[in-house]
Amino acid sequence: MGLPVRSFDAVIVGAGGAGLRAALQLSEAGLKVAVLSKVFPTRSHTVAAQGGISASLGNSQEDNWLWHMYDTVKGSDWLGDQDAIEYMCRMAPRVVIELEHFGMPFDRLDNGKIYQRPFGGHTQEFGARPVQRACAAADRTGHAMLHTLYQRNVRARTQFFVEWMALDLVRDADGDVVGVVALEMETGECMILQSRATLLATGGAGRIFASSTNAFINTGDGLGMCARAGIPLEDMEFWQFHPTGVAGAGVLITEGVRGEGGYLLNANGERFMERYAPTVKDLASRDVVSRAMAVEIYEGRGCGPNKDHVLLKLDHLGPEVINHRLPGIREIAIRFGGVDPVKDPIPVVPTCHYMMGGIPTNINGQVVAPLGTSPDEVVPGLWAMGECACVSVHGANRLGTNSLLDLVVFGKAAGDHAIEWLKANPVQKPLPASAGDLSLSRLARLDNQTGGESVTDVGRDMRNIIQRHAGVFRTGEVLAEGVSKIREVAERVKHTGIKDKSKVFNTARIEALELDNLIEVAMSTLIAANTRTESRGAHARDDFPDRDDANWMKHSLYYSEDQRVEFKPVRLKPLTVDSIPPKARVY
Amino acid sequence: MGESERVRWRCRRGMLELDLIFSRYFDAHFAAMSPERKEAFQSLLEYPDNDIWDWFNARTQCADAEVSPVVDDIIVFARTIQG
Repeated sequence: MGLPVRSFDAVIVGAGGAGLRAALQLSEAGLKVAVLSKVFPTRSHTVAAQGGISASLGNSQEDNWLWHMYDTVKGSDWLGDQDAIEYMCRMAPRVVIELEHFGMPFDRLDNGKIYQRPFGGHTQEFGARPVQRACAAADRTGHAMLHTLYQRNVRARTQFFVEWMALDLVRDADGDVVGVVALEMETGECMILQSRATLLATGGAGRIFASSTNAFINTGDGLGMCARAGIPLEDMEFWQFHPTGVAGAGVLITEGVRGEGGYLLNANGERFMERYAPTVKDLASRDVVSRAMAVEIYEGRGCGPNKDHVLLKLDHLGPEVINHRLPGIREIAIRFGGVDPVKDPIPVVPTCHYMMGGIPTNINGQVVAPLGTSPDEVVPGLWAMGECACVSVHGANRLGTNSLLDLVVFGKAAGDHAIEWLKANPVQKPLPASAGDLSLSRLARLDNQTGGESVTDVGRDMRNIIQRHAGVFRTGEVLAEGVSKIREVAERVKHTGIKDKSKVFNTARIEALELDNLIEVAMSTLIAANTRTESRGAHARDDFPDRDDANWMKHSLYYSEDQRVEFKPVRLKPLTVDSIPPKARVY
Repeated sequence: MGESERVRWRCRRGMLELDLIFSRYFDAHFAAMSPERKEAFQSLLEYPDNDIWDWFNARTQCADAEVSPVVDDIIVFARTIQG
């Protein structure tokens, strides 16, 4: 073995909203807590969340948690677990007020209460009319949350390991998680962080797509760690998309551009939305526009040398409208698309935004898997929360402003639950003799590989396959072809090589290790999507256009070791109220 | 090698927009920078993402005299990059 070991009560991987919220709970309880992060905590991807955090405070309009729960269940297209959704919506007012007391600078009403704005999908009285439920701090809610939680953690003496990358879980012979192996970038050396409680909060994995709004750090590290440790991944076929990201970059062009009269063109110069939505054309809903764009690209009418995007034309609006009514769009197009939209159309593609699936957990954040007789048996010593987890509150489709809520509610719940667990399990279990072997063998493979393919090339092929075969346009044929292609890429990932074998801040080595995680996510996405023969929420199949509750109201569980998919039932029974029965999801 | 690689890693941000701008700017300019300029660039990377993004979009002005020339240079650079 030989790796250095340090011991903690709790080790948290990831320092975004979920990781910091859990860390705060544990540190304030007087426990010895280590938080590992690849980047400085306040540079976690939570900073990119602008919209707000939903809670039925009722500050501007009458509201209650049951309406919020209904909206979330409906938004999830009845794939969300109703116990978790009830818990989240009931806790929402409490966690938001807590953030306020921590000093988070929310926008306020004249009476001093938190201002709330409307957001898509959030309603009063079970869909009757929109409601103002989103609490925001200007357009930087995620940033404000992250800075607030970081400051509180510093005060609570949470110990941060910054620029450390967790590589693998350590499980003992009983299957209990007893710590993680992590790499310190500064030295390139590994260490075992032994812990009685290990919490994963590693965020999303949108970087499996060629076009994604996710930051470069979002490589699904926690999911890869679980997949390699024999823990299944849940509902990985469900990814949320935005229709107009700048091709090749992923930066979003607001829907306001089409609202002002911009429209989409294919390679033949045809305004193709007229065929898909004759009345509303380019103003059709997000999913309709995204799928039309994807069909045009898939059928060979995409633009550019690789026929991999369509064009968003707005030059006919004139510089006045573009500069005044669409501020910032011109800069974004010039910077990230290389075109000035006053003269030329912007290359755009449907762009991945959010991962609904993840590591399966219960409402305490404990990681669960069908180990013996129950579908939800606990993996002792392991929790997951935030975007990396699938608890599942978002089901097949997430409502805006529910992601920041998910982070704080389940970050806190996992922290609280781990505190009780640590009281009941005061003795640190010994590390198994094999601890660290898996990580060391992965590093040794990279160091000894000769003539391997570059990580950049293999990663690019993975992203292009996922974009084309696991994007918004899905059929049995598209998916099956994708599965066979991604399997070939997965083989190539095992033989990547890096030229630079140095240890200190070797980014090539880190990116190779990240690709090990991304490919697990990519495989699970395509195989789960190919298995689910229905359309539900964000998973829309042309060959199975309807939701099929009789056969498919169930969660998928993908196992990396033999690439099989199993299923477990959706938890339709809430904690205290009646179940919300399925009906058509129309707005 | 180590120092330059450390800075390359710190171009990894919470916001995709900054990932794209910083990584391209680093690749194009970092190696040829003077030691003082490298220091200033690293100081810029210490600021919060949202502040940097506001400077890049001229919503606010960077008041740090060491850092603001780098901000100005990146604004010009970002205007000429290709997707």
